[in-house]
Amino acid sequence: MIDVLNIRNQFPILNQKINANTLIYFDNGATVQKPLSVINAINNYYTHSNANIHRGVHTLSRIASELYENSRTTIAHFFNVSNAQQLIFTSGTTESINLIAQGLSKSILTEGDEIILSQYEHHSNILPWQLWAQENNGHLKVIPLNSNQELDLEKFETLITKKTKIISIAHVSNTLGVISNIEKIIKIAKKHNLVIVLDGAQSAPHMQIDLQKLEVDFFVCSAHKMYGPTGVGILYMNEYWLNNLPISKTGGGTIKSVTFNETIYAEGALRFEPGTPNISGVIGFGAAVNFINEIKIENIYKHELELINYIQNKLLELPEVVLYGVSNVKAGVISFNIKNNHPFDVGTLLDKYGIAVRTGHHCTQPLMQFLQIPGTVRVSFAVYNTKQEIDFFIEKLKKVILMLS
Amino acid sequence: MTINEIENEIIEEFELFGDDWEGKYEHIIDLGKNLPIIKPEYKTENNLIKGCQSKVWLHTDFENGKLIYTADSDAIITKGIVALMVRVLSNQPPKAIINAELNFMKTIGLMEHLSPTRANGLVSMINRMKQDAIKFNT
Repeated sequence: MIDVLNIRNQFPILNQKINANTLIYFDNGATVQKPLSVINAINNYYTHSNANIHRGVHTLSRIASELYENSRTTIAHFFNVSNAQQLIFTSGTTESINLIAQGLSKSILTEGDEIILSQYEHHSNILPWQLWAQENNGHLKVIPLNSNQELDLEKFETLITKKTKIISIAHVSNTLGVISNIEKIIKIAKKHNLVIVLDGAQSAPHMQIDLQKLEVDFFVCSAHKMYGPTGVGILYMNEYWLNNLPISKTGGGTIKSVTFNETIYAEGALRFEPGTPNISGVIGFGAAVNFINEIKIENIYKHELELINYIQNKLLELPEVVLYGVSNVKAGVISFNIKNNHPFDVGTLLDKYGIAVRTGHHCTQPLMQFLQIPGTVRVSFAVYNTKQEIDFFIEKLKKVILMLS
Repeated sequence: MTINEIENEIIEEFELFGDDWEGKYEHIIDLGKNLPIIKPEYKTENNLIKGCQSKVWLHTDFENGKLIYTADSDAIITKGIVALMVRVLSNQPPKAIINAELNFMKTIGLMEHLSPTRANGLVSMINRMKQDAIKFNT
């Protein structure tokens, strides 16, 4: 198993006091804290290697380019992608989904087509598709949830018609922590030739993902939820789309040759990375994946699942608590409410004890509408969280319940 | 009482708690519970101020040269702070409301609730209270 104390020592921010209490950071689903190795990688890059990448003949440019491309290779290995060029660096999951939606709107999507999403999608995986649908008489169809707040996959196949072209789906619900049965979804989607977009924002930090085994067309995630810096993420596409997805952003760095009449674009990832990229961010992302590799993602998953089961059992003992998406197979996240109380009040009081949780709709308003609640209190874990922190949290939560009653 | 006098009264009331934030928040929660209930017909879409997380309703009447505010919120801590604002600003002439700096919030250590990132709708509520005062200021 993992040595949590040793891991915690690598996160300087965890030593801070918040409102005179030791910080308990349970908002990892929003963004996770950064280990020294990531902070140092970014610091070292700016201290020793800063230069613009690609095409430079001077030493620093060569070093910076190597560091940047090494990150791509490291991340490709992490997701078991054979050709690192299939990973495009973007500003994060949101930009990645926008690039996919815009690209597909110029290729396979035609007027009146349908796109399948799920009830628990993040707004970032709804709005880019909705924008296209509004402009093109398109339709968004929604996989409903069953009474356990899991995807009702029986219904999925019944939603598919000849007009259905795409399924874009969260691997893990950012609000509930429920894991989508992606193998089954892929099987059904393949049968009907749907393009599959997998939103890994909430799965990549917590569980092993093998993009050769999971035959999706696109996979997206963000570095800052994986111990890396903000402002960088990936857009993975399979070989077919790497060569065929129309670009929707262009500029310097993407080309082989340019005249005023015609441009010949570069092949591979560079075609999709116009302008000077977030070089330090990408290098930090590589360092973050190395940090995960040292602990091993399987161990992180096991540790976090243990925390989830521990906190779920503790919360189930409290009659005032309503838990959502209860399951013993989840990733990273649990959501709850205190009966007759607003999540905002619960979060405000927990903050006074130095406990950082997230409250509100978590950018999943359609899910809130389905659950008929204004929001939830969300606790989300990372590798450095402990059962002792959960014990302290439960003790203080009981106090909060008393204060609000 | 003038706005300043009411503010000083609240400051004295909160001085009792010293560093005891739990006592202070219990008091805010009580204030929220005791806020006179806004008439249901005033809980209109027009009177709703949407924070990202909690909602606030504000209704304004103008009687005898003074503004009368009634308000509500779906979150109890927000509602407690709404109660403080109503206590300070309601039943005052427009000019006094427009000029109110509401520094008491800083003195009693609740300024964080008026930060624009709090997403609780309070900043928008105070703006609405002042805008209404400007409307009736002749």
